[in-house]
Amino acid sequence: MQTLDPTPSEPPVLVGEPANLVPPKSPRRIGWARRRRALSAFWKTYRRSRMGMVGLVMMILFILLAVVGPFFVPAKDVSVAFATGKPFQPPTVHWLLGTDNFGRSVLSLIVVGSRISLIVGFAATVVTMVLGAGIGIASGFYGGKTDTLLNALTNWFLVIPWIALAIVMASILGPTLLNIILIIGITSWAGTARLVRAQALTVKERPYVERARALGGGDLHTIAHHILPNVMPVIFANTVLTVALSILAETTLSLLGLGDPNSISWGGIINEAFQAGALSAGYWWWIIPPGVMIVLVVLAFTMCGYALDEIINPRLRAR
Amino acid sequence: MTPQRIAQIEHDQGLDRPLPQQFVVYAENTLTGRFGISFVTNESVTTVIARAIWPTVLLVGSATLISTFFGLWAGIKGAWGRGSLFDTTSLFGSLVLYSAPEGWLGMILLIIFVGTFHWFPAGQMSSNTGQTGIANVLDILSHLFLPCMTLVLGYIGEYTIIMRSSLLEVMGEDFVMTARAKGVPDRLVRRSHAVPNALLPTLTLVFYSFGFILGGSVIVEAVFSWPGLGLLTYRAIQDLDYNVIQAVFLLFSLAVIAFNLAADITYGYLDPRVREA
Repeated sequence: MQTLDPTPSEPPVLVGEPANLVPPKSPRRIGWARRRRALSAFWKTYRRSRMGMVGLVMMILFILLAVVGPFFVPAKDVSVAFATGKPFQPPTVHWLLGTDNFGRSVLSLIVVGSRISLIVGFAATVVTMVLGAGIGIASGFYGGKTDTLLNALTNWFLVIPWIALAIVMASILGPTLLNIILIIGITSWAGTARLVRAQALTVKERPYVERARALGGGDLHTIAHHILPNVMPVIFANTVLTVALSILAETTLSLLGLGDPNSISWGGIINEAFQAGALSAGYWWWIIPPGVMIVLVVLAFTMCGYALDEIINPRLRAR
Repeated sequence: MTPQRIAQIEHDQGLDRPLPQQFVVYAENTLTGRFGISFVTNESVTTVIARAIWPTVLLVGSATLISTFFGLWAGIKGAWGRGSLFDTTSLFGSLVLYSAPEGWLGMILLIIFVGTFHWFPAGQMSSNTGQTGIANVLDILSHLFLPCMTLVLGYIGEYTIIMRSSLLEVMGEDFVMTARAKGVPDRLVRRSHAVPNALLPTLTLVFYSFGFILGGSVIVEAVFSWPGLGLLTYRAIQDLDYNVIQAVFLLFSLAVIAFNLAADITYGYLDPRVREA
């Protein structure tokens, strides 16, 4: 990619201007300074959004919990064979959130489950974004037959109800963590692709793209250096919202019994409680807390996403 | 089971043929309306689905109507008094409800209204005591209430947010200012100038989100043992009843496509600008 870059590595010598008045700067440093300025201006706008800041703080807390939390839970606490509590114990001072059918502390399960829930959320989002951005950019940038084909594919995936497709794929592929991530990604990229395609269509008509092409920039260079950076803000806000949707999707699949039975996730805990008859027996401590965690984490990502969208989306900013 | 019997079943189901041929047979059967038999009950899939379709229409239909009505109402009231206590509360409430998984919401309602207060039956569609007439209708309604409320709570937030932002967009338009300038009372500006224009895009989105409410019904029906397509799907997943899963997939997709088409046609009918374009 670097060899295709038409920007000169030395600053252009401006004829007729006295030398040494302006200290020479490399284009790279100018670029970084500009990025830093844009970032700090963005942060100033973002900081004003109360919804966005609350969401951001909650999001950081959840990520900390998922990264650090499981280290503080001994493996035997969440093991079916070695758990130390009595089964179905209501919350007490010692068992803050009671125990499940194997005598495992529900609190420990929730702490350990945070990691799987967030990993699925983030990994499925990566799949969604790579598929959505790739197909959207290819569709918008190349146009013509490619666009017709990819756009038809996008519309097909938009119309198929995701749950039906996810159920069919999950029951055929089998419930492993990787499959669940792939299924969520494959069923949810279409919205992103449509958004990115629309943005790519407007970006590719801008003069700097024409200039880059006139200077001999190839397709890959134009996409990587000119289209992608300008589509990025739209992708960014969409990414944060997609994490929220992916966590909800994982919960839905787990509740349908299509989750990975070998890993503990919040949706999986609720499903196990449901299967074990916790509802009719009134074991509320086994069902309510994991659901509250899901609500809070989805809320955090959604609030951040909306706040970002309000700053980035030109249609909303005008208001 | 003898090997001959297994071979016989494989032959009957067409499973001994090569995959491409199986696919052609599947496509042919689907297009001619033959969906095979359920592996579990041995009935034809068409019968099983025909039995389950009306409970789902009742549940999803009533939930869609109620959540649309109250969602639009809250969205209009919120946007018109932007920043008021009602607006902030309903916006925050909408976001929380939007973040909650439907199945879990249903379980919470079960814990509160059935486990604690014993106000409603725990599941299924009727008490099966053979009552008729009004008593039967009331019985079904009392079974319908909780699953319907679950779906309503699950989707009302989304509709409120959509209606609110759509109306906010319209409120900034010039014709609203014109109406105010010529002295139209606030109530009339809202009813005849702003809301009708904000309603159009919202209703389309409500139509488009039909697929999601249908998906949500799968879990809610499983939680409440509501004998519709959702519970059928849930059981079919547990039993790996592929013929039923395939048929339900097809039916759900067709329903969503039909609703999207209906949205496009309605939009063209209601908005002359779209018709001309």
